[in-house]
Amino acid sequence: MKRATEWVQYQQLNDPYAPSATPLYQTATFRLNDKGDDSDYDYTRSGNPTRRVVEDQLARVEGGSSAFAFSSGMAAITAACALVSAGEEILACVDLYGGTYRLLSQVATRHGIRVRYVDTSDPDALARAFDPAPKLVLVETPTNPFQSVTDLFRLSELARAAGSLVAVDNSMMSPYLQRPLSCGADLVIHSATKFLNGHSDVTAGVIVTNDTELAERIGFYQNATGTALAPFEGWLLERGMKTLPLRLDKQQSNAGLLARYLRSHPVVERVHYVGLPEHPGRDVHERQAHGAGAVIAFETGALERSLELIGALELFAVTVSFGGVRSTASLPARMSHASIPDDVRLRRHFPEDLVRLSVGIEHIDDLRDDLGRALDRAAATTETLT
Amino acid sequence: MSTLEAFGTSTRAVHDGERRHQTSDAITTPIHQTATYWFKNSEELRAYQEGRLDRDEYGRYGNPTVRAVERKLASMEHADEALLFASGMCATTTTFLALLPRGSHLILTRDGYRRTRQFCDEFLSKMDVSVSVIDPANIEAFEAAITDDTSIFFTELPTNPYLRVLDLPAAARIARKRGIKVIVDSTFATPALHRALDDGADLVVHSATKYLGGHNDLLAGAAVGGRKLIESVRNALGILGGIIAPNDAYLLLRGMKTLDLRMERHNQNALSVARFLEGHDKIRRVFYPGLASHPDYEVAGRLLRGFGGVVTFEVEGDYEATVRFVDRCRIPYIAPSLGGVESLIEMPVLMSYWDQTPEARRRFGITDSLVRFSCGIEDTVDLINDLEQALRAV
Repeated sequence: MKRATEWVQYQQLNDPYAPSATPLYQTATFRLNDKGDDSDYDYTRSGNPTRRVVEDQLARVEGGSSAFAFSSGMAAITAACALVSAGEEILACVDLYGGTYRLLSQVATRHGIRVRYVDTSDPDALARAFDPAPKLVLVETPTNPFQSVTDLFRLSELARAAGSLVAVDNSMMSPYLQRPLSCGADLVIHSATKFLNGHSDVTAGVIVTNDTELAERIGFYQNATGTALAPFEGWLLERGMKTLPLRLDKQQSNAGLLARYLRSHPVVERVHYVGLPEHPGRDVHERQAHGAGAVIAFETGALERSLELIGALELFAVTVSFGGVRSTASLPARMSHASIPDDVRLRRHFPEDLVRLSVGIEHIDDLRDDLGRALDRAAATTETLT
Repeated sequence: MSTLEAFGTSTRAVHDGERRHQTSDAITTPIHQTATYWFKNSEELRAYQEGRLDRDEYGRYGNPTVRAVERKLASMEHADEALLFASGMCATTTTFLALLPRGSHLILTRDGYRRTRQFCDEFLSKMDVSVSVIDPANIEAFEAAITDDTSIFFTELPTNPYLRVLDLPAAARIARKRGIKVIVDSTFATPALHRALDDGADLVVHSATKYLGGHNDLLAGAAVGGRKLIESVRNALGILGGIIAPNDAYLLLRGMKTLDLRMERHNQNALSVARFLEGHDKIRRVFYPGLASHPDYEVAGRLLRGFGGVVTFEVEGDYEATVRFVDRCRIPYIAPSLGGVESLIEMPVLMSYWDQTPEARRRFGITDSLVRFSCGIEDTVDLINDLEQALRAV
């Protein structure tokens, strides 16, 4: 079965009414038999038929054997971090989503977990990173927002030799473009709020794995802590995923054109997009993924210029998050990554003027016109600045 | 909320937190799951009654979520206004009831959704509305059917199941001269392929259950057109009550966002499937307006941006052979309806026309080996491979 087909055709619930859409089991509990056993479901925190449909489909498209849907991407990352005990270590890539950094630096450490940050996109740093061996390696690739690429095959090989687990946050790519389990990762994590759902109307997270023992532990943790996805959100997510190949094909093609357009514009100093030929991680990325996705970051050289630019955008909504059908723009330093302290951002050379675009499914001409107008406005600011 | 401080917990549980006048800057449209709307005081109600204040009163007369979808659809159809209904049949019947004067004459096409004709035969006749049924996509037949009482010409474009495409600009010119309103059921085309109002239609209706919703998970209808006509239909809807529920309106809104992408894939899949079937020796005939063999190939090429996702064909064999073929398909579901992301297949003889006599079926061209295939957004090669293996059963 081809990829476009498997996103639409999959195992439905065995429902006596044979509906074309998955039934929404908006229920907290399930009636048990007299003995209280022999039932697939008892309580929605532990399991729900609607959620099961979307979880099975998520497992399938990621090439895994089990998937767990959570109430948010952060709930999924939290559950993955719970595989690490006090005294053990998490190794994370340097460029991380602000919320993940906050979890690792302010929550995990309080539970006695050590956290080490390494530039995993640097092959030498990666090779040295496993002495001592961490319990879990957590990476994004390409990262958000700088799009640095970690070699997933190499990382998994090193981790396996060291006895470490590898978890990959695949939100930027979606399983349509990248399947980390097939590169050797143990866990794939998603903020399903992004491309998977794609309509900016559901907050959800996912963990997929091929390992039955890990699946058991994650399932136990999810049930014990009560962070599973609500049935209706699961229903909307399943519906949203059906058009993912169409959405992402279009979004990616728009993004590639906009990235080239940005690169040629005098106001833009630097474009971060793994689809550009000069991107340092491009070769590695192409070995492990089918495309560059639809998120672009770029620098204008001055915060005032970037503020002017995003203020002048009309089609791009100024908002956090990414991956929806509608194009959006943000200033990560002030929005999605504001939870990273100023001094840490400074140390990591995180530019204040960085603009992140999430490219939607609108017509490319309209997007380019909108961006062009805003860039011209920013250019006018440049003149005032100099 | 300060005004509620004096009230007990149960009152707060009902009211608190919900009384706000400012909407948030949420990126998506809120679902206003409400039956009614409250007035701050009697003066506000009075201002509303006297037309000094434009606002909502009761769910049957309007809902902000529903209006968001209506605005979107009107914009996509290049129209002043749009109006949503509980189903496609509700859109058609409410529109007819609103716009057909007593004793008037209606012209319909022979090919077309059977329930529309049934409504005209069984219900409109009670209003002394007479009905003429003409060949589809036939300008001469249309002109010949016109009487002094003709008030509406209704046609699907393309028609169901033979996908006939009327030369709408030509028909609209004739209709305008005779003071006849042209209503086009654009369910199969959608505004992604055809804007019937730009081609002279006075009103467009949709079963939004199909491509507009696109996910086989909601029922909805729509009427789109000029302000005056839509206002008449809106008034009728307020009385007859076939409104769409707010949550379905939201799902429709969400579905419409990917309409263009879906239609592009539907078109591409259907054209490939039609070409494949036309070259297959187990297929007697294929009806698809994107094929040169279709009687309206030229008109369709002129009017439509793509030919839609439905392919109709006759299997080279009898009823039993056709059933064997349909049952052996693995990808499409055997189900009524069309236009969703999942492919659906049906034999019209078994679906819409099962209760009809063989003579009646013959009159509408419904043969025992006729199959209607609604292509989903699956991979083209998968669909063709599936049809190929299933045709071995013929």
